[in-house]
Amino acid sequence: MSIRPLILAGLDGDRTWRLQDYVARGGYEALRKIIKEKISPDAVIAELKASALRGRGGAGFPTGLKWSFVPRAFPGDKFVVCNSDEGEPGTFKDRDILRYNPHAVIEGMIIGAYAMGATRGYNYIHGEIFEVYQRFEEALDEARAAKLLGQNILGGDFSFELFAHHGYGAYVCGEETALLESIEGKKGQPRFKPPFPASYGLYGKPTTVNNTETFASVPFIIKMGGEAFMNLGKPNNGGTKIFSISGHVRKPGNYEINLGTPFSELLEMAGGMRAGRKLKAVIPGGSSAPVVPADIMMDCTMDFDSIAKAGSMLGSGAVIVMDETTCMVRALERLARFYHEESCGQCTPCREGTGWLYRVLHRIELGIGRPDDLDLLRSVAGNISGRTICALGDAAAGPVQSFIKHFADEFEYHIENRQCLVPLAVQDAGSQIYVGQSC
Amino acid sequence: MLSQESLQQIDREIAKYPSDRRQSAIISALRIAQQEKGWLSKELIEFIAGYIGIPPIAAWEVASFYNMFDLEPVGRHKITVCTNLPCALSGGIHAADYLKQKLGIGFNETTPDGMFTLKEGECMGACGDAPVLLHNNHRMCGFMTIEKIDQMLADLEKQ
Repeated sequence: MSIRPLILAGLDGDRTWRLQDYVARGGYEALRKIIKEKISPDAVIAELKASALRGRGGAGFPTGLKWSFVPRAFPGDKFVVCNSDEGEPGTFKDRDILRYNPHAVIEGMIIGAYAMGATRGYNYIHGEIFEVYQRFEEALDEARAAKLLGQNILGGDFSFELFAHHGYGAYVCGEETALLESIEGKKGQPRFKPPFPASYGLYGKPTTVNNTETFASVPFIIKMGGEAFMNLGKPNNGGTKIFSISGHVRKPGNYEINLGTPFSELLEMAGGMRAGRKLKAVIPGGSSAPVVPADIMMDCTMDFDSIAKAGSMLGSGAVIVMDETTCMVRALERLARFYHEESCGQCTPCREGTGWLYRVLHRIELGIGRPDDLDLLRSVAGNISGRTICALGDAAAGPVQSFIKHFADEFEYHIENRQCLVPLAVQDAGSQIYVGQSC
Repeated sequence: MLSQESLQQIDREIAKYPSDRRQSAIISALRIAQQEKGWLSKELIEFIAGYIGIPPIAAWEVASFYNMFDLEPVGRHKITVCTNLPCALSGGIHAADYLKQKLGIGFNETTPDGMFTLKEGECMGACGDAPVLLHNNHRMCGFMTIEKIDQMLADLEKQ
């Protein structure tokens, strides 16, 4: 299969984020076409549906369908919101989209607003990438000056205002209703659903929240047509997708490939394993996705359906690669601490359970685990799953359940022998400071 | 309590939201205040709450929820190192250990001269650039080898 990036294509050089460069790459042609030919909002949504574009933020919900939920005729304000609060360990694609191709996101949001009848939008950017927030503000200024934003866009009758908003260090704000609370100037605690944002979103108004990469894909879909976009991937998994590869590979970085590309090819693009070491396991969709052992992963293709069949999820496309020097107890302990730190504290099972998971994993790692600790971990994880307002509870439980399922022997060895199966010196050698070839 | 420039920046943030939704600017306003003063004292948070026009407790809730806000004084240079799994696989822990040894402090400590504070961070969304650290919340430094850490500290000491 030919690999032909869309969003990350032609991004060499340090001015690719400028409006002029984006236009030279064919930018804003999709928006011009819609305004000039007066393509109806319904026709835009139909194109999105035909593209089989699925949300790139983690849940993989069909974008065209999501857009069709907004009651366009409903009087009053409606909002589109872009979720660039990228903080799931392993995920770093939205940062590069916003750094090198912010206008693709802006154009996608304008088209989304047009299709859903929204008059105002916000892009919520992860606080830790503040430099990217500043750049996005500059890109917005360029778009306003070129009459691509504001009143009567490109001389048509559609008007839309777009602004940047930033977080300041809270993973949970990547959850869409927590994100909306955060834009309202509150603690980022997820809302109980229903009502869903499509009917009761930002400031209580109909709101659609999509991921950065989802919006960035929209101009390409309008330009090439929904069906052509779908055919880049496979049915139900349309288009290209950016995968963020981190961990024990030679060239960590972002790679945009056609959905359905074999994992082995993606691994090769990322330079393969370091120092000729053997692949041990992969977390294919960000830290919340269940871990997949090497042999199963090598048979997977990179698309929503194949990864789901392997018992995990494609999530945001964050591929964390671990080689044979990795201690799975230590890896899981680190993830467990993250979820404990980041639990917003609203739901008891998550607030208490994540701490419990971390403390038990920590004592196993320290060599003072108890014989029934694995049962305890399974029980605590099971009592978090499905018992919280948002998906963060499941996100915390999933890794624990999958690590223990696939690497039970390593956990048992750790408890019985009070040390790692992988000798510490080996682990240390495998996780030295490694600066991959930047790409 | 804040410079004219900071207040103007806050005004620009407030203008992004509907006029009856000034509270939406609270994160930005606290960020701007922290950048000027170094950390958020109780008085500063109350001042910001008054400026925005929300109860002090509403501002306090936000300041204490988002972990890039410092509710206690920090050194002139706050360095936050990511040690989460993807970074740890590529030397995040080693980079943190080196910083601890070089600065003679642990996480959440400040050097006696008040120059450096070291923090352990969670995912910054830049795992491909590991090891990654943040300087004073806003400058991201990636691919941090020992040599680059030495260089960075030397540059900061000169400032």
